[in-house]
Amino acid sequence: MAEPQDTAPPATDSPKGDTSILNSMAFRGVAYQVLLAVFVVLGGLYLYINVNANLERQGIATGWGFITENAGFDIGESPIPYDSEDSYGFALWIGVLNTLRVAFVGIILATILGVFMGIARTSRNWLLSKVASIYVEVCRNVPVVLHVLFWATVVRFLPHPKQAISPFEGAYLMNRGVIFPIPNEHPAYVWVGLAFVLGVIGAVVLGRWAQRRREATGQYIPTFWYGCAIVVGMPLAAWLVQGAPLTWNVPELKGFNFQGGLAMSPEYAALVVGVTVYTAAFIAEIVRAGIQSVPHGQIEAARALGLRPGFIMRYVTMPQALRVIVPPTASQYLSLTKNSSLGVLIGYPDLVNVGNTTLNQTGQAVEAIAIMMIVYLSISLTISTFMNVYNKLVAIKER
Amino acid sequence: MNDTVSTATSAKPRHTAPPPVERVAALRWMRENLFNSPINSMITVILVLALVFALPDFVQWALFQSVWTGDHEACRAATGACWAVVGEKHRPMLFGVYPFEEHWRLILALIVYLSVIAATLTPAFWKIKILVPMWVLNLAISLTLMWGGVFGLKPIETSQWGGLPLTMVLFTGTVVFGSPLAVLLALGRRSHLPGIKSVCVVLIESLRGVPLITILFVAVNVFPLFLPEGLELDKLLRVMAGMAIFFACYQAEVIRGGLQAVPRGQIEAAEALGLSYWQLMRRIVLPQALRICLPGLVNHIIAAFKNTSFVLIIGLFDILTATTAVMEDPVWRIFFVEAYLFVAVIYFCFCFALSKYSQLVERWLSEGRRF
Repeated sequence: MAEPQDTAPPATDSPKGDTSILNSMAFRGVAYQVLLAVFVVLGGLYLYINVNANLERQGIATGWGFITENAGFDIGESPIPYDSEDSYGFALWIGVLNTLRVAFVGIILATILGVFMGIARTSRNWLLSKVASIYVEVCRNVPVVLHVLFWATVVRFLPHPKQAISPFEGAYLMNRGVIFPIPNEHPAYVWVGLAFVLGVIGAVVLGRWAQRRREATGQYIPTFWYGCAIVVGMPLAAWLVQGAPLTWNVPELKGFNFQGGLAMSPEYAALVVGVTVYTAAFIAEIVRAGIQSVPHGQIEAARALGLRPGFIMRYVTMPQALRVIVPPTASQYLSLTKNSSLGVLIGYPDLVNVGNTTLNQTGQAVEAIAIMMIVYLSISLTISTFMNVYNKLVAIKER
Repeated sequence: MNDTVSTATSAKPRHTAPPPVERVAALRWMRENLFNSPINSMITVILVLALVFALPDFVQWALFQSVWTGDHEACRAATGACWAVVGEKHRPMLFGVYPFEEHWRLILALIVYLSVIAATLTPAFWKIKILVPMWVLNLAISLTLMWGGVFGLKPIETSQWGGLPLTMVLFTGTVVFGSPLAVLLALGRRSHLPGIKSVCVVLIESLRGVPLITILFVAVNVFPLFLPEGLELDKLLRVMAGMAIFFACYQAEVIRGGLQAVPRGQIEAAEALGLSYWQLMRRIVLPQALRICLPGLVNHIIAAFKNTSFVLIIGLFDILTATTAVMEDPVWRIFFVEAYLFVAVIYFCFCFALSKYSQLVERWLSEGRRF
């Protein structure tokens, strides 16, 4: 490896100038880099030649032509219609969508569970904090592969649809998956959604206005509760105004399987539960560390100034805790997304699973694996960009 | 219980003046830790109720109604857990497809290996002159026992290695090959030479952005294509190399954090003394940097141990793959919970012990530097 030079000028040449050029830091720096570049280029060329020779010998096609060819295999579940007549490219796209489906739901659930468990660990209730720390230690120290495998096997051994377990009215657990009742579609819901968006905007505007007012006059308004009231109240009002339409699409047993409701396949359920339970344990630790990183003196000082508890939480604890929490949480989101590739293990058709099938059918390992890597890399970069932006927002502004 | 009570109360004295009014310390402890506010009292009641409902059933299942010895029919007849599955299947679970009559070799290798790990974790052995020969000897003995072919031991191919020893081999290989690479990558990323820095950044960031599975796929499917005709590399070795590089990329980022935390004055002072780059790094910067980032380093070592289980996907017989294969047995398969719990306990013990140990070391290291 190189000899990076910390101080800029190449000061090693002696005044007499009789030392060899080999002792010059600047020369050495260039030499090391040229050597590395030559090594990378020649190594890459050598591998490229070998790969081509080997592929030719084994009679395997190269290039990206297979993407438009007929895939010829079925995919267990897909958010958009697909059949085996479609191309490999489209099949891989289904894989990407399935991966995102797991990652999106997993990130939301893991955040909820992780924040809850993290706060529970800092609770002054001994029993609650012990329960939370047992959860964290057990789930964190067991491989995610085992989590996913365990839940997949649990789902496989659930009863048949006819004896399905019903945790509450209308929801069923069985070896065909998990099924929930959902409200039937109704045109009124469009307005409810619109009202919700308006409510969120209204809450943000209110928060800004209240902050300006507070800074100008010193009067405090509990914007959090008003904001919640607006965000919940607007859609509720829209719903009530239109006559409160609500009918449920309740799953019913017809023949051997359930009809209606919102169904999740057993593989999907197992994968989501497995990665969620695992990642939430890490998020809980991050949240705990974040909360405990705020010096107690700050909260005491805020209390001594007579600030309200909600205000202390919003303006003293949270800004400092979030600064500690956000960056590692972002990398947990990334690792959850990458761990969703364990779908290949339990037969969930995620990107790696579809890619693996493609690889086995076409034999084009290099291209198939390259596609997987590029897709994951893009997903990772997208998530980390979003989280960086968010991190900039919550980071404490210093000078 | 008394122990925890006394430490819990003595650790955080809330008010100094009057001695406790309650005669029974436990009551006072409960008031302070379980019923210290209305909400906490409510949470306590709910949790206690939940435990009262769930715990007896669990204990019945795990202990009183369970079957510890016997065959699957005894298990099916019982209502509790079937721990007999562990007794029946522990050999293939722990040692995979390794020939049954040679298992003593693996047991011996594991004993040697685990005692060396225990010794490595003891400060009395923290000298290069002891550690290096000890590990060389350890690897020589363990690998000879596993491979065989000398001293009248029957030769065993690596494709037949399996179970816990394979997990340990993968883990050791990942850490031993990965750590030096991690240091080099971290130094390279901090380098002021743009060519070297960019190569390291691209390598680290792109490998950190992809799942381990894809790297294992590369090791299994693509790597053989890289080699010229006729040359082959053992699958175990290829997978180990892939895991080591993956491990190194994560570890490099941790080390970079440590490097950044070393005070600038230290480097400037060393440069003023005329130390060369490598002297500076080896004697001044790295010892401090590695000490600073020790918790992160251990976290990723634990992660490396857990990550060995990913080889299930590419069909190497680590302990999890072996267990999964064993649980395909139609007679025993309904007792998968017990089998997976057994494996989970093994992983848990190793990882939990390592994380507790790292907290201990952190305390040791901080003892000498209270300022």
